[in-house]
Amino acid sequence: MDTVTLRIFRGDASGGAEHDYEVPTFPGMVVLDAIHFIQANQDSTLSCRWNCKAGKCGSCSAEINGKPRLMCKARIRDYTTDSAPIVVHPLKAFPVIKDLVTDVAWNYQVSAKIAPFTPRADAPKPFVMQQIDVDRVQEFRKCIECFLCQDVCHILRDHNRKDAFYGPRQLIKLANLDMHPYDGLERRKMIREEAGVGFCNITKCCTEVCPEHIKLTDNAIIPLKERVADIYFDPVMWLARKLTKKE
Amino acid sequence: MESYDTVEHDILVVGAGGAGLRAMIAAAEAGLNVGVVCKSLLGKAHTVMAEGGIAGALANLDKKDSWQVHFMDTMRGGAFLNNWRTVELLAKEAPERVLELEQYGAVFDRTPAGLIMQRPFGGHTYRRLNHVGDRTGLELLRTLQDRAVGAGMKCYMEVTMTRLLKDGDRVVGAFGYYRETGRFLVIKAKAVILATGGWGRMYRVTSNSWESTGDGAMLAYDAGAELMDMEMVQFHPTGMVWPPGVRGILVTEGVRGEGGILRNGKGERFMFDPKYMPAAYKGRFAESEEEARRWIDDKDNNRPSPDLLPRDVVSRAIYREVLAGNGTEHGGVYLDITHRGPELVKKKLPSMYEQFHALADLDITREPMEVGPTIHYTMGGVRAEPETCATNVPGLYAAGEVACGVHGANRLGGNALCDLLVFGKRAGEAAAQYAQMAAHGSIDDAQIRTEAEILLAPFESAGTENPYLLTQELQATMQEGAMIARTEEGLLKCLDQVLELQRRAKNLHVEGSRIFNPGWFTSRDILVMLKTSEIIVRCALERRESRGAQWRTDYPNADPEWARKNLIATKDGDTLKITTRPVPEMPPELARLFEETK
Repeated sequence: MDTVTLRIFRGDASGGAEHDYEVPTFPGMVVLDAIHFIQANQDSTLSCRWNCKAGKCGSCSAEINGKPRLMCKARIRDYTTDSAPIVVHPLKAFPVIKDLVTDVAWNYQVSAKIAPFTPRADAPKPFVMQQIDVDRVQEFRKCIECFLCQDVCHILRDHNRKDAFYGPRQLIKLANLDMHPYDGLERRKMIREEAGVGFCNITKCCTEVCPEHIKLTDNAIIPLKERVADIYFDPVMWLARKLTKKE
Repeated sequence: MESYDTVEHDILVVGAGGAGLRAMIAAAEAGLNVGVVCKSLLGKAHTVMAEGGIAGALANLDKKDSWQVHFMDTMRGGAFLNNWRTVELLAKEAPERVLELEQYGAVFDRTPAGLIMQRPFGGHTYRRLNHVGDRTGLELLRTLQDRAVGAGMKCYMEVTMTRLLKDGDRVVGAFGYYRETGRFLVIKAKAVILATGGWGRMYRVTSNSWESTGDGAMLAYDAGAELMDMEMVQFHPTGMVWPPGVRGILVTEGVRGEGGILRNGKGERFMFDPKYMPAAYKGRFAESEEEARRWIDDKDNNRPSPDLLPRDVVSRAIYREVLAGNGTEHGGVYLDITHRGPELVKKKLPSMYEQFHALADLDITREPMEVGPTIHYTMGGVRAEPETCATNVPGLYAAGEVACGVHGANRLGGNALCDLLVFGKRAGEAAAQYAQMAAHGSIDDAQIRTEAEILLAPFESAGTENPYLLTQELQATMQEGAMIARTEEGLLKCLDQVLELQRRAKNLHVEGSRIFNPGWFTSRDILVMLKTSEIIVRCALERRESRGAQWRTDYPNADPEWARKNLIATKDGDTLKITTRPVPEMPPELARLFEETK
């Protein structure tokens, strides 16, 4: 029987170390299958999150050979071109709880600050919207909240600016609300000031890791930057604001 | 005993899937303080796995649709074991709940007139499934999640509730543990709503996540609630079969709704074989491949392909084809959508395209998929009153998949999501009304101590049983003995094995600390699954007929006597008692609907 070696981070907030596990392989096997095999047969204390094992819930996020991935979609075969072990670590941008489980509570705290969809007073009931008008909104609503984009974003990962930047996940949430044909709230102030859209310098790392293939940077973040620029930096708008004394 | 946290809410909702969140919103709107507990992170509930759509007779495309037709389709699909009143409420209220969801921010696919798009689905006479591509469940869950958070939800994430706490006859709270720390937690509440979902993890080939262990059914059973029709476990006809790593993962019925075709290994469209057509559906489906082809573009003047018969029917047909040697290389049948063209497939079935591309190296726009039955849903569960979702235990309510009443012997696709919304709301409102009249109960420590001891026993045990391996043995046992085709002999053998596994479970042992320890979690989950499995098997033995999902090859026909009986499982002291209860009789004005359309 063929086997593969996984080198997995074991530890908690106080630190830890990599451990090697040898696991038998089978056709179609994914990294999450290997984790399950270890739990059942080698060490039942190995912690990870998972739910659907079908790429639809976004629970089993980890860093595999240094890249943020869903373990349920990471095929073992793609990592066995050489004999090096498959290295599995928890998400780096969030504090470790135990082994592959990290504390992602910050994402929920930020998300709760974003007011839910609030229909315009003059919106018809039921809504009448053309498909073409909701295509973009639907793209952002494919998000499964795996937080891989938050993990890879260097503003959060390397500079830890969680105090000033909501991260790509929450920006596409704001974008889907802002672009909904019948949303009635003014969200541009939050997009610029609290969510910190200006921090993004368009390296597109988030788009690269998105398992739902959402074009976060091109379709959400850049348009949001433009939306904000319209009111804050457009000289005509600036003059209009001055004349009407509106902030 | 060690110290534990105690918190208080007016209402406790166990489960943060669609039903739990909709219940929370309803109770919060009534002005009550609501706590919601979920086993995973918020937003990961099994609701996200619902793909095809949410049924609701909006009649945006087919003007002839109405709640009456939805009612009849659902009763027929459930082989008339359903509670007619529950179904009536479902059919009448589903359209309002769908439109309300849109007002909450859900963005459905659109018709050319700009309304919510609807697709055909198995057992539904008209195009009735309001949908968002093939990720409708995610849309529903995320929308409710944002709404609930906006309504001030207090959510206890990654907490497992293992016992309901009682004051006399009344449920007054629940006990469990935080997964992150292993610390115990008591939540006191004037009313408790169970919205814990179903149980499919006791089978090997399953489309269910790790969470679907049956906690809700066991919480209710231990508290004295009636479990109904537990033998009714739905086998979805189309799960992935290859490669082995993905076996059981769901392939949405939406593929067939969009015109996908089933073929056996010989290339035959076996669903046209008259032997698979149930009497109740004769004349309602295309009788030639030509008509089925025309139906894709002209639904007014043609009948749909028999590939869209209800799930129990298609699952049995696939099972029989494979048994007869007509299967594919890996023991399934083919599901082919290539004739609809890559553009439509990628637009309407994007997650299926991605799923096969990423996990099976298959481009579904160019090659047929291999599919076979997989455990999907549990129609049985905690018996709940139609209007209020109240159980027979005061203070305890149940909504969604954990509850029983609406789907009868077989659930139609699309009826799970409207079930969540209609009865989530009703449970929230009824529990709120109850809680406004009630005071907090008092909880004696003995209940808590006993449960804490059960939870901690595997750490202290000198036994050698591994909870994971025991789970795998149970899955193999149920897959062998309590699957699609059931016999008395097979069920009796299965029961013996389940009871033997229950004995061995007394010797479970786990290592490590209580901090996020999956071995420890599993040592509790397996106890729940073992008891639930026993009830499923005993009820399947009891119902000596074939109806809906229950296919007894030794009693291959439906028995009119059994049509009038629901099976009830209750805890009597320490023993399991199985009795029957008459199926509520439909009032004449509803019964007449079936006469008129004959």
